[in-house]
Amino acid sequence: MDHIALAVKDLRKTYGDVIAVDGVDFAVNRGEIFGLLGPNGAGKTTILECLEGIRQPDDGTLDVLGVDPAREPRKLRSLIGVQLQSSGLPATMTAREAMRFFCAYHGVRPRYDLLERLGVAEKQHAQYEKLSTGQQRRLALALAVAHEPPIVFLDEPTAGLDVASRAELHELMQELREAGTALIMATHDMAEAEKMTDRVAILLRGRIVTTGSPTELTAAGEGYTKVSVRTERFLLSRNGTRFPAVTQRLVDDDYVIYYTTDPGPTVSAILSALDTEGDRLIDLRVERPSLEERFLELTNHGGTS
Amino acid sequence: MNGFVQHFSYEFKTGLRNPSLLLINYLFPLGFYAMMGLIMTAINPLFTASMVPALVIFAIVASTVLGMPSPLVDAREAGVFRSYKINGVPAISILAIPGLTTGFHALISAGIIALTAPIFFDGDAPVHLGPFVGITVLTAFTCASLGMLISVVSDNSRATILWSQLIFLPSMLLGGMMVPLDTLPESVRPFSALLPASHAMELFTGWAYGRETIFNLPASALVLASSGVLAFLLAIYLFNWDTRNQARRGHPIMAVMALLPYAIGALLIV
Repeated sequence: MDHIALAVKDLRKTYGDVIAVDGVDFAVNRGEIFGLLGPNGAGKTTILECLEGIRQPDDGTLDVLGVDPAREPRKLRSLIGVQLQSSGLPATMTAREAMRFFCAYHGVRPRYDLLERLGVAEKQHAQYEKLSTGQQRRLALALAVAHEPPIVFLDEPTAGLDVASRAELHELMQELREAGTALIMATHDMAEAEKMTDRVAILLRGRIVTTGSPTELTAAGEGYTKVSVRTERFLLSRNGTRFPAVTQRLVDDDYVIYYTTDPGPTVSAILSALDTEGDRLIDLRVERPSLEERFLELTNHGGTS
Repeated sequence: MNGFVQHFSYEFKTGLRNPSLLLINYLFPLGFYAMMGLIMTAINPLFTASMVPALVIFAIVASTVLGMPSPLVDAREAGVFRSYKINGVPAISILAIPGLTTGFHALISAGIIALTAPIFFDGDAPVHLGPFVGITVLTAFTCASLGMLISVVSDNSRATILWSQLIFLPSMLLGGMMVPLDTLPESVRPFSALLPASHAMELFTGWAYGRETIFNLPASALVLASSGVLAFLLAIYLFNWDTRNQARRGHPIMAVMALLPYAIGALLIV
């Protein structure tokens, strides 16, 4: 059990008549990036807020490194860092003041180096309301990790960030993971979840409909691998040869696109046909189904596929 | 301790940095003081006798009851308190530190008024300095506590303005600041006794200037102090991290308990 950073068992939370979370179970390991995916209202933020001690669950057990967030909020503070979706800093507080302020309450020295690292140093004397959305989010992340908590919660961490800031943030997340920090990330960005997470849970109407690594989840779906081929003499688009495991064939500009259930034999057969027909390959792309496609498949089927 | 120091330092600077707070903490009370010093003393020379305590109370009520609640409500609605909670900022600090810093700003304004009014406008200086300072601090504490309580029970800034004005406007008319209490009709005096400004004004008149009063002074001091303590405790008890939190303690209606000492005072001491 030493490797488990947090465990959620049968978590339930309602707001009046609305069931926000309906019996959720999952665990996150130390040194793991765990993604919570789901459409708006699926219960992601409520789960995070229960784990952060902001909300009181109606039922279920939460274990954050041996601490129950609802019963021991003081102990919880040093164990978790939270980057809120809306960063929630006073409008007139400067970035430097914010670092000094929160580090003082955590009883640690201010980590001004993180402001530098996340590209907020130039604006450290600017008031929070004068920072761009991206700068506000980077500052929120710097504040979340400044006291080096073993668990970090990230709610839409890269929303509003430019490409360079996104890459810097991803690098920081990887570093934290390598240092043994557990990161729990709620996001709508499927590409980011696929790239960054070790495991994800897909939520729908307050329930987890599937859990696993992005690779496992995409492999379990109905999605077909897309093979796009472009040749010098366009023979494939003209003669309509059939290849093994192909379920659908489309012609899109100079490319012939095959959807296949088994890309190995399909690609071999395509190459062999080109060789036989004397056509020359210019471009070949193989794209496996994405997490986004799997997510849409699950959400469109109401989580039953 | 370090957290408290950093928090206090930030909140104190905010009182000067935030244009709305700068206006309500300094420009409004000091501007009103200058205007009253120039105009009122010319119209009514007797005003010089009560101008220092009247304008000190005005500065305190403006900063604490009018100025303090709205920024607190806005911060709560913007999720600032949630962020504080996650980072271990205690609820008591979230309320008490702005109360303390606002009280400090009010005391600075009050100090400026008390020191300059005798020089510029021939206002009467207090005869007993110790009681004057003590009553000023007590008034600042009570009004800051009421400001905290208003911020806790208001769902939004509009409600804050309504509750604040319910104290501020009657204080101006019936609190003895512009019209001496002894010149008000007797039938109105019980209503005056429902206001912290009236008790503060009577305490200044009796204990800082050694003049005759119509309220029982120890009782007035008790009303002011007990109301301040009650409002402070109720504000802490009713404090809510955010308005979406349905598991809050107590009902906001409990806030009226802070007015009980005034109601008892109105019945017994007038």
